[in-house]
Amino acid sequence: MNPVNYLYLAALLFTIGAAGVLIRRNAIVLFMCVELMLNASNLALVTFSRLHGNLDGQIMAFFTMVVAAAEVVVGLAIIVSIFRTRHSASVDDSNLMKL
Amino acid sequence: MNSLIPLLIAAPLAGAALLLLGGRRLDRSGHWIGVLAAAVSFAFGLVLFFQMLGRPVSQRAVDVKLFSWISVGGFQANAAFQLDQLSIVFVLLITGVGSLIHVYSVGYMAHDERRRRFFGYLNLFLAAMLLLVLADNYLLLYVGWEGVGLASYLLIGFWQHKVSAATAAKKAFIVNRVGDVGLSIAIMLMFTQFGSFTFSQVFAAAPQESRGGLTAIGLLLLLAACGKSAQVPLQSWLGDAMEGPTPVSALIHAATMVTAGVYLITRSNAIFDLAPDARLAVVCVGAVTLLYGAIVGCAKDDIKKALAGSTMSQIGYMVLAAGLGPIGYVFAIMHLVTHGFFKAGLFLGAGSVMHGMNDEVNMRYYGGLRKHLPITFATFGLGYLAIIGFPGLSGYFSKDRIIEAAFAEGGTEGWILGLTALVGAAVTAFYMTRIMLMTFFGERRWQPDGKGELPHPHEAPRVMTLPMIVLAVGSVLAGGLFTINDAFVNWLTPVTGHSEGNSPLSSGTVTLITIVCMVAGIGVSYLVYGRSAVPVNPPVGSALTRAARRDLLQDDINHALLVRPGSALTAALVYFDVKGLDGVVNGVSATIGGLSSRVRRVQNGYVRSYALSMFGGTLVLVATTLLMRSV
Amino acid sequence: MTSTGEAVQFWVLAVIAVGGALGMLTMRKAVHSALCLAATMLALAVCYLAQGAVFLGVVQIVVYTGAIMMLFLFVVMLVGVSTADSLKETLKGQRVAAVLCGLGFGVLLIAGIANAKLSHFTGLAEANAEGNVQGLARLIFTKYVWAFEVTGALLITAAVGAMVLTHREHVKPPLTQRQLAAERVRENKQVTPLPAPGVYARHNAVDIAGLLPDGSIAENSVMSTLRERGQVRDVSHEMLRRMAELENRTADWLGRPSSERPRPGTPPSPRAALETVPNNESPSEEAE
Repeated sequence: MNPVNYLYLAALLFTIGAAGVLIRRNAIVLFMCVELMLNASNLALVTFSRLHGNLDGQIMAFFTMVVAAAEVVVGLAIIVSIFRTRHSASVDDSNLMKL
Repeated sequence: MNSLIPLLIAAPLAGAALLLLGGRRLDRSGHWIGVLAAAVSFAFGLVLFFQMLGRPVSQRAVDVKLFSWISVGGFQANAAFQLDQLSIVFVLLITGVGSLIHVYSVGYMAHDERRRRFFGYLNLFLAAMLLLVLADNYLLLYVGWEGVGLASYLLIGFWQHKVSAATAAKKAFIVNRVGDVGLSIAIMLMFTQFGSFTFSQVFAAAPQESRGGLTAIGLLLLLAACGKSAQVPLQSWLGDAMEGPTPVSALIHAATMVTAGVYLITRSNAIFDLAPDARLAVVCVGAVTLLYGAIVGCAKDDIKKALAGSTMSQIGYMVLAAGLGPIGYVFAIMHLVTHGFFKAGLFLGAGSVMHGMNDEVNMRYYGGLRKHLPITFATFGLGYLAIIGFPGLSGYFSKDRIIEAAFAEGGTEGWILGLTALVGAAVTAFYMTRIMLMTFFGERRWQPDGKGELPHPHEAPRVMTLPMIVLAVGSVLAGGLFTINDAFVNWLTPVTGHSEGNSPLSSGTVTLITIVCMVAGIGVSYLVYGRSAVPVNPPVGSALTRAARRDLLQDDINHALLVRPGSALTAALVYFDVKGLDGVVNGVSATIGGLSSRVRRVQNGYVRSYALSMFGGTLVLVATTLLMRSV
Repeated sequence: MTSTGEAVQFWVLAVIAVGGALGMLTMRKAVHSALCLAATMLALAVCYLAQGAVFLGVVQIVVYTGAIMMLFLFVVMLVGVSTADSLKETLKGQRVAAVLCGLGFGVLLIAGIANAKLSHFTGLAEANAEGNVQGLARLIFTKYVWAFEVTGALLITAAVGAMVLTHREHVKPPLTQRQLAAERVRENKQVTPLPAPGVYARHNAVDIAGLLPDGSIAENSVMSTLRERGQVRDVSHEMLRRMAELENRTADWLGRPSSERPRPGTPPSPRAALETVPNNESPSEEAE
């Protein structure tokens, strides 16, 4: 088996995540889809690391994880505070950006 | 000591700034600050005058450069002052008569809430007028010229709560603008032709200039003079300007501002001497205005408007004299100074009468006031005698010389001008006698005021009568003093030049004819207004009288010639603007607006929808990148 | 080329990962989505391990699956159930467009990867010679030390940010019991205590509504969260049937005529028949 299959897997997962962002309305699930996309890119990075024979790709993946952790913390806090004020976790209910 | 020259202007300017910016805390003392500023300026003027007297004739004119004002390439304008024999005459007249009128105003405006502001405007006017006569170049003169226009606008419209006053102020401002356009174009022409607008350089370069160019500049300067001095055809504002407080009429519309045109023409004598055609135009304007003002003055029942007509007529004399060239310049200025005394005195007297008569201005409601207002009667009477040219008083000396000079012009022209001036003198005697008789003689025709009370005429307070007395003394003595040893002629000759014309009539003959004309005018007036009682309601009168009551239809003519076509043009432009330009502009904006409101629906506020468009955009970008790589 | 073992492992893991991802996408309840995602992440962690990224594989399990996903679950519990869980699409054309975009994107990505010349894989044998963790540490603390420090600052900021966002200042003192009671009276709410759940000592579960005198259920005896989820268990029919049986037995023993006996199985009242859900078709079972 060619390790390039890992990349195909990553592409597939990324696409599923992106579609999920567009389809799901629950903000928490939406966030999970974003996490899935990040994971897919991490997999691609790890595969690239193997492709090139150095560890820089893995470092990138590592930083992605850290940033994702930070993002999740803040994002979930935002979701909680929105839920508190609007009693809804649906992203469609927060459409006040409209004129 | 020449540093006193800028201080001449600085004193009233500082007074104006202090009064206008000082706020209410100066309400109680503001008028004395104004008087002080004017008096200080007058004192400086006297000091400078005596210094000038002490110098030999060739060194009397001095130039003071204050700072370089504008310096752009070849364009060089300095804030520089020139004090010569002509300027100092004006300085003394402006500050002297101005100070007296300031003092008078203290009494006249005593009950006005906005007295402080009034004195601020008066000081501003003095500063602008002094700048006008002291400037050593046309550009700085223009600044003063505009300043005078502004101050007169503010002062005419001082009682802005009266619609008529506000309108009169606007009228004066706009008519003056027409003249100002002439001055500004003249200055531009000078710059293109001579490369400078400093008096000395312009006058030095003038002889090399073509006659056509000089005539054009001369005519434009005449237009400017017409605006400021209320000469035909820009005379219409002066009568309405009587809406301002009476001291304003005395200061601006008799003694100083209206003389600015005469100053301009006299100052530019080097140009006019070389442009006979322009000078002829000046003479014609002067002669026409002389009669125009006199006729209007005969018909008006409003004492201030009658005096305004008289002012117009007397300025006409000055312009006529100035247009005669070197034989007339000196007499124009001499008449200007004597007129400044007696006309200011007459206006202040009129103000005093109004003060005693509950602000009534209609002479038909006066009568028999000489016993009630003795001081006013005496001063007004002396001013009256001076203006009609009673032998021995100042008007006699100055006006007589102008009539002589008119005859001296020579040829048919000289005869026409001389006869016009003589007729003017007769008519002057007529309408001044009329004013005198209607106001101070005859039976009482007093009318009850709004509350049903008859007026109780009383003499004005001393602060008002004192300036009137001083001016009356000036009216009596000025002419005589000036003519001793031809002092005034000799004084001004270095600036304006002077030549004795050869009159077809001898000096004594002219004097005699003038006196005869004057007596005839008085006689006719006495027959009409002195022998029989003056009707309270004006008789219908002849067509000429009716026209003269309406200022010889000046407003109707202006309306028909200027306002109507102007309105039509504006209406056409507005139509074009609304239908044509706005149509295009509005069409474009409506199209964009319509498109935007369609496009706006994309912005539905749903995050997922935006995410979809982002994702779609990414898709397109990736696809494009891949395609470009494969190509 | 990789070993057969890795190939087998990959196909197993790939199936799990894609299945988990699709499950996350299609599950109605956020909890289930989270669990599916956890499965995907675990599969990915094994993939990392297989590709020589030992440290990342462990971190993936510990940080992602262990911490982040648990945080997700925690928030799901905190937020509770809402209408957002419905899979019904509200934006017109959104789902079709999303699926089309997704397909197009996937095709593009796969085409791009297929086009790339990726025949030669260097492998990590050399890079991992002194151990994967040591190799990573060498890079992090030399080449990437600046980025590493910055991420530290980022994490601190995120922690503080989360606290600021969720912290709620008490602007007024909490209401006392007396004030709450007064408020209930003022707002015309139920003043007395709510009815307790459970029926005749036969049931005491919180999801079983109490019965009103006419035999219908008292909705407000069940907590609002269960009511919103539709997890109220209605046992009124069975109760009534048993009651009727009991009375029949009593009547038999006493020898009463049949006209005085209640008929078994009749619904307690028309209102209850219309409103209560049959016991054997509870919505919670339907959801699962």
